[in-house]
Amino acid sequence: MSSNATESRFLPRLLMSPAVVTLLIWMLVPLGMTIYFSLIRYNLMSPDISGFAGWENYDFFITNPAFMDSVFNTLILLGSVVIITVGFGLAIALLINSPFPGQSFVRILLISPFFVMPTVNALLWKHMMMNPIYGVFAQISGFFGLEPIDWLTEIPLGSIIIMLSWQWMPFACLIFITALQSMDREQLEASRMDGATYFQQLRFLYLPHMARSIAVVIMIEVIFLLSVFAEIFTTTSGGPGTESTNLAFLIFQEALMNFDVGAASAGAIFAIILANIVAIILIRMIGKNLDN
Amino acid sequence: MKISKYDWNALFVTRTVASWLVAFIVFFPLLFLMVTAFKTELQAIAVPSLWVFEPTLENFTEVQERSDYMRFAMNSLITSLVSTILGLIIAVPSAYSFAFSPTIQTKNIMVWMLSTKFMPAVGALLPVYLLFQWAGLLDSQIALIIVFTMSNLPIMVWMLYSNFKDIPHEILEASRMDGASLWEEFRHVLLPLAMGGMASTGLLCLVLSWNEAFWALNLTSANAGTLAVLVASYSSPEGLFWAKLSAASLMAIGPIIVFGWFSQKQLVQGLTFGAVK
Repeated sequence: MSSNATESRFLPRLLMSPAVVTLLIWMLVPLGMTIYFSLIRYNLMSPDISGFAGWENYDFFITNPAFMDSVFNTLILLGSVVIITVGFGLAIALLINSPFPGQSFVRILLISPFFVMPTVNALLWKHMMMNPIYGVFAQISGFFGLEPIDWLTEIPLGSIIIMLSWQWMPFACLIFITALQSMDREQLEASRMDGATYFQQLRFLYLPHMARSIAVVIMIEVIFLLSVFAEIFTTTSGGPGTESTNLAFLIFQEALMNFDVGAASAGAIFAIILANIVAIILIRMIGKNLDN
Repeated sequence: MKISKYDWNALFVTRTVASWLVAFIVFFPLLFLMVTAFKTELQAIAVPSLWVFEPTLENFTEVQERSDYMRFAMNSLITSLVSTILGLIIAVPSAYSFAFSPTIQTKNIMVWMLSTKFMPAVGALLPVYLLFQWAGLLDSQIALIIVFTMSNLPIMVWMLYSNFKDIPHEILEASRMDGASLWEEFRHVLLPLAMGGMASTGLLCLVLSWNEAFWALNLTSANAGTLAVLVASYSSPEGLFWAKLSAASLMAIGPIIVFGWFSQKQLVQGLTFGAVK
């Protein structure tokens, strides 16, 4: 009997071990190295300077005026894209929910941007949509007799938010469409018979039904949006100034443009701390919906 | 008597028109990209944009000549396929164990797994770069496969877990009572029931790996560069060459978009993380 009990505990552990062990290595080794680098003097351009640095690197990174800007930009980017994509995703999912001619084709058109890779997304918007002379937006404002906007210079962070929203809205929409399909038809019908308006249905039937899907969408988006990189790298390079620099891009600049491994590692530790703060707030806020 | 299955009242017509309009606006940038890929460079930057012109295939041949497209495409295909398969091999047993033999720790382990995804990739860039350099794996497919597998693993475990949890325990227990081995139980009972969930997990990871840009840009270049790297090489500011950029972009996203169109119904099933019952 006892051998059976040990066996029944041994096998599940054996089965989960490949994932747990590899992830543990994938997390601990880089984390350990980053902490170590952040505490030493390590600049690839001046290899003769070395030794223990204490809090120097952290101090250097945090007193960099770009630091607070980048934290601020990271959070603005995250918040705006999540609100825009969930809002539009919900509205569009509700719009195309009931059958109409060409519904499946419309659905395919709507979800396509989700499959576009970040570098293509960035270049497509930078050149063909937002170019102040030849771009589509410039042509539209020209048509209405307005002065064209130089998007990436005048509102760099806004432009990046537009690109990211275009990419993530279809993801939100796709999940909401699926969630809507499992709505209880009879319940909807009954509420209509009882004279419920569309907005009452929205408030008391649709939204509660969608709560868990919304939580899932926010969770996934936050994971990917905290470390946006390619869109900034291929369009604004964080500029002008630090207007579109997020924390991920600032660390990249420190490491690969200034070759300061020590400061970049200290920055990475800050990024990890910020991510954990966001994660804790997020789990507090929507954790109830993710619990079964 | 009614021929149409739709009720053509004003509200319905408005909804239909609005739906088509929204879809057109969302798809428009991609449509523009597709059309531009078949223009000459001069036609590409014409104001107002041309919609009627004689299409040319010149840009595609030029992209192929300038940068070996097939090499980048093969790198994308191999790294995303192998990392997806590898990820499934590692994730399925652990999701199975979490779903069917849960302990007090299960929840904590799974939250920890997801929390590794909250660590920004850039935080691990330097160590990972140095480790691969030390191992001589920079600019290699193996490096990308390792990175893609590890960064998708937490999401795979979560998706598979929520899928497995919908499978009734009793079925598995019954097969165990009948003396089925673990492999037989997996092969003949679990696999048929969980096929849909596994497929959608695999599909999502394929898409995520194909489109991954951060690691690909920083760890690879000419040798193991993926299509995301190929496209980034067209971002240099010298002159406007929209037509070639569009052709390269179209060649990079074409395969995965078509793949996405065909598999979207399957893909979305597992994406909901059990949010839809």
